[in-house]
Amino acid sequence: MEMETVKLTIDNKVIEVPGGTTIHKAARQLGIEIPTLCWMELHDLNIENKPAGCRICVVEVEKRRNLAPSCATKCEESMVVKTHSTRVLNARRTVMEFILSDHPKDCLVCAKSGTCELQNMAHKLGIRDIPGSEFAAMSTYKKDTSPSIIRDLDKCIMCRRCEMMCNVVQTVGALSAVNRGFMAAVAPSFEQNLEHSTCTYCGQCVAVCPTGALTEVDHTPDILRALADPTKTVIVQTAPAVRAALGEEFGMEPGTLVTGKLVSALRVLGFDYVFDTDFAADLTIMEEGTELLDRLNRHLNGDKTARLPILTSCCPGWVNFFEEYFPDLKDVPSTSKSPQQMFGAIAKTYFADLINVNRKDLVVVSIMPCLAKKYECQREEFSVNGNRDVDFSISTRELAAFIKQANIDLKTLEDSDFDTPLGESTGAGVIFGATGGVIEAACRTAYELHTGKKLERLDFTELRGLEGVRSATIDFDGLPLNIGIANGLGNARKLLDDVRSGKSTFHAIEVMACPGGCIGGGGQPLHHGNSEIIKARAAAIYNEDRMKPLRKSHENPFIIKLYEEFLGKPNSEKAHHLLHTHYFAKKKKVIIKQ
Amino acid sequence: MAKKKMQILVCGGTGCSNLQGESIVDNLKLEVEANALENDVQVVRTGCFGLCSLGPIVKIMPGEVIYTKVQPGDAREIVEEHIVKGRKVERLLYKDPVSLKISSSHAEMTSHIKQLRIVLRNCGIIDPENIEEAIASDAYEALTKVLTEMKPEDAIKIIKDSGLRGRGGGGFSTGLKWEIARKNKSDEKYVVCNADEGDPGAFMDRSVLEGDPHAVLEAMAICGYCIEAAKGLIYIRAEYPLAVARLKTAIAQAKEYGLLCNNIMGTGFNFDIEIRYGAGAFVCGEETALIHSMEGLRGEPTVKPPFPAEAGFRGKPTNVNNVETFACVSPIILKGSDWFNNIGTEKSKGTKVFALAGKINNVGLIEVPMGTTLREVIYEIGGGIRNGKKFKAAQTGGPSGGCLTEKHLDTPIDFDNLIAAGSMMGSGGLIVMDEDDCMVSVAKFFLEFTVEESCGKCSPCRIGNKRLHELLEQITKGKGSMADLDRLKNMSLVIKDTSLCGLGQSSPNPVLSTLENFREEYVAHVTDRKCPAGKCRDLMEYFIIAENCVGCTACARVCPVNAITGERKEPHLINPSICIKCGACKEKCKFDAIIIR
Repeated sequence: MEMETVKLTIDNKVIEVPGGTTIHKAARQLGIEIPTLCWMELHDLNIENKPAGCRICVVEVEKRRNLAPSCATKCEESMVVKTHSTRVLNARRTVMEFILSDHPKDCLVCAKSGTCELQNMAHKLGIRDIPGSEFAAMSTYKKDTSPSIIRDLDKCIMCRRCEMMCNVVQTVGALSAVNRGFMAAVAPSFEQNLEHSTCTYCGQCVAVCPTGALTEVDHTPDILRALADPTKTVIVQTAPAVRAALGEEFGMEPGTLVTGKLVSALRVLGFDYVFDTDFAADLTIMEEGTELLDRLNRHLNGDKTARLPILTSCCPGWVNFFEEYFPDLKDVPSTSKSPQQMFGAIAKTYFADLINVNRKDLVVVSIMPCLAKKYECQREEFSVNGNRDVDFSISTRELAAFIKQANIDLKTLEDSDFDTPLGESTGAGVIFGATGGVIEAACRTAYELHTGKKLERLDFTELRGLEGVRSATIDFDGLPLNIGIANGLGNARKLLDDVRSGKSTFHAIEVMACPGGCIGGGGQPLHHGNSEIIKARAAAIYNEDRMKPLRKSHENPFIIKLYEEFLGKPNSEKAHHLLHTHYFAKKKKVIIKQ
Repeated sequence: MAKKKMQILVCGGTGCSNLQGESIVDNLKLEVEANALENDVQVVRTGCFGLCSLGPIVKIMPGEVIYTKVQPGDAREIVEEHIVKGRKVERLLYKDPVSLKISSSHAEMTSHIKQLRIVLRNCGIIDPENIEEAIASDAYEALTKVLTEMKPEDAIKIIKDSGLRGRGGGGFSTGLKWEIARKNKSDEKYVVCNADEGDPGAFMDRSVLEGDPHAVLEAMAICGYCIEAAKGLIYIRAEYPLAVARLKTAIAQAKEYGLLCNNIMGTGFNFDIEIRYGAGAFVCGEETALIHSMEGLRGEPTVKPPFPAEAGFRGKPTNVNNVETFACVSPIILKGSDWFNNIGTEKSKGTKVFALAGKINNVGLIEVPMGTTLREVIYEIGGGIRNGKKFKAAQTGGPSGGCLTEKHLDTPIDFDNLIAAGSMMGSGGLIVMDEDDCMVSVAKFFLEFTVEESCGKCSPCRIGNKRLHELLEQITKGKGSMADLDRLKNMSLVIKDTSLCGLGQSSPNPVLSTLENFREEYVAHVTDRKCPAGKCRDLMEYFIIAENCVGCTACARVCPVNAITGERKEPHLINPSICIKCGACKEKCKFDAIIIR
């Protein structure tokens, strides 16, 4: 039984905290930030990494023989803690020197330079020398490049954050500690390449890695080449979550919307047309919403072949996940492609015809908060005769670096508007960026299509939030529609297990692989364990929705025009051909290193 | 069980078994039959006698006559001479390495006199694969007593009052541990026996499991009754096949006799025991790592608290004790806490089993009362230093213990004295070093083991130990400096102070204790670039004494790198910058002209 509160002294300051509070958190309340490398918390998402492995956060606790890791030591009544005694400072420095002695010194060319937590810590602790480095062996491993993620284990400091994300939060199980002692590192089983593991490329490992051990595959050079090629028309689409986070890379407050500046920056960079993935999100709602209503109506009419619940399919990490772990349910998700791929398919047909450019000479670039999108655009089924619908996908982080490279000061750029026709969108498209947004957008359209009535209340606040699993029942004019929402693959697994066992009572489920949805994606600016940032991005997304003159996908005039001029009706044969896909049961072959 | 007139006991421990122990048993049986003595003479394969370097061991009862280094071919002589004619086979009797006195009985042997066998009470006496022999030696009597006459609290009190402390290394009060596990209420609890004996050269636990498995099973059941657990798990290394086989046999027999499983002895108490295998990771001897390994997870420790007694196996209250600790339980229950309390020192009660190894004559297993001095252990029980060399140091506590020196020879060995001397009890390895050992190399040797066995979870242990080892390597190569000695000490202290589990918290001990006790050796390595013990190859120099050299050229001709020059019949010279220190010249020289300096 824990006492309700305990009183203790930290650095001569007395504080009373609830029983069970760690020394690290209690110190924080006193304004004392004890440095740590492995500990990380996303408080609002209920995610915590606490292996007590780095030993940087050690403190001196009176009457204890050894120094205590403050991240994992609970406060006790009358405890006396010193966070910066000479014993602590010497130990912290020595341990830091140990860690640095087994870390490459190529900071100048490291992808994490500037945002590296190890680099910052070395700076904070004033390390100027690594004794013994002239004869210190390094633990070295082979570099592994997958379609989305690069693993450079030489830089792994065994903080285990990626492992926790992969196993505990995402339940993907691609990463775990391998080897022992000096050669211990986090890797797929049998030290296979990531490509041969169960990895979904959700990128949450990259999002939490404190060093350059896990980074994204950088496609910026490919884009530069395309932009430099006069025979190519290069167009770009930007996902909803990007505009809510890009500003952070330029020193703006989290949650600052930079949509107009983003468009200007992309134009300055030289893209021929700057479009919006939100347009494709509206298109997705037309297709997926129609599919939902079709399955629902057939189901209500007693058609046993109409499988419910329908599952959203916008998120490529999620698609990889169910292909890997729930191949028996591969006919349950919606067949609609993701907005990125719908955009690509329309761009390279409808738009290419419109501007009279051969698809081979049209390069489609996407700016995504996501690393799985890199893999998605490389999937074979999303190309025609070897020409991809979306040629390259770069993350918010890569775009920020690209903008900086081009000497563009995002902050002082004037706002400008997306190009037409593929740049026009409604608020429904914007909210795709936050967990619950897709299903809310779908409800706005499906309600009106199903009931034929005008929707009075557009804000389905009951579908919003950051809890891992949420559910709500939406009244479709007398028809109660049960909606389930999961963000984070571990949460999705819970809902999927129910679907598999037949216990699920939902009609529709939205799944986003990343905690918080796309705003918390693996390609976003690093949150460094601050979940307030993710909350602020969500708020920004809903703000943009509120400011939009049109907030329902089926009211987007360019969507209406697209169907009139090109696709016919939602779920038409042509729509099926271009905008729908199918899924594969993944059988990964284990390749054991010789 | 009726005993036959005579017993021929043959050691069935791993060591003796590997030296054809099995054929010895077979041959003895054949000889007994050939002499039609099977009604009077019984051949028994027992557990370890502890005289491992003298094995295979055969003991004849009555008379306690010990025969050493017995070969299968000796069976006929033993039976025909000793059994039939009553004449001892002189050539197989034990000869004391110091006094050269021949001992004709086990009790007479100096190595045996100072020993007191509580843990090893039945090892070398009973057939471990026959539960009836164990029962005849009082096995399960304590369990009966506890189940039928005692409340759990009473039994815990006896253990607590006895002063028994954990023999796995921690030295925590066993009774208190049980009490805490009892107080933590849960629908499920577990009793875990830690048989992951990982110290190189230590085989105390293995010998108990091989020689008297029921001692452990019984104690686990008693513990289960005390803490209200119905399930016991033995975590044992898969590299102990004989111990595993005997445990399996013992568990099956105990179940058959109603001494395990459901409704034990009709009392309504249920307790089952299962075996879990470890893959031979030293760190899995740490209880949280052990539990994770049993759960199928990576064998690495987690921060305590929570202690296993609160949240252990599958998150349930779990009591983990080591083999030797469990083996003490039944005698304490039967003979009372006062009996145990009167053995040993003020704060360390009972006995301790040590595995003697290194430069000592009687390599093997001993059990002595706590408080026995190192001198008694080494010179009386251990038979002194091999080849009459001078004692230099003794490493206790395994690879992460520290070394004791001459000044500690008369210190009574117990938990607290060892810690005060900069070492620890550990699980009971005792490695003796003589004047030829270089203490810097010794520290490096032990560290090599912990570097290899670190799980890699926490930075100081994962990287710090490696760096310590590298620095020692530099010093033994003559590339160290006085400043490095300070660094060595600081790194060691920080690793101890900041590591997550007992492994890292103790791994620098060999460095610290050699640095403390043999600082002059370190100084010689870094300032004079010399290894006083002549062990560090890089610090050796081959040198020709001109007066002794007759100029025969034999050395120059054998030198593989042409490092030796000189005219015929003139003194030769070795060029140290070319010399690879292979020693070929020294071996070839007939005039003792080549020395190492």
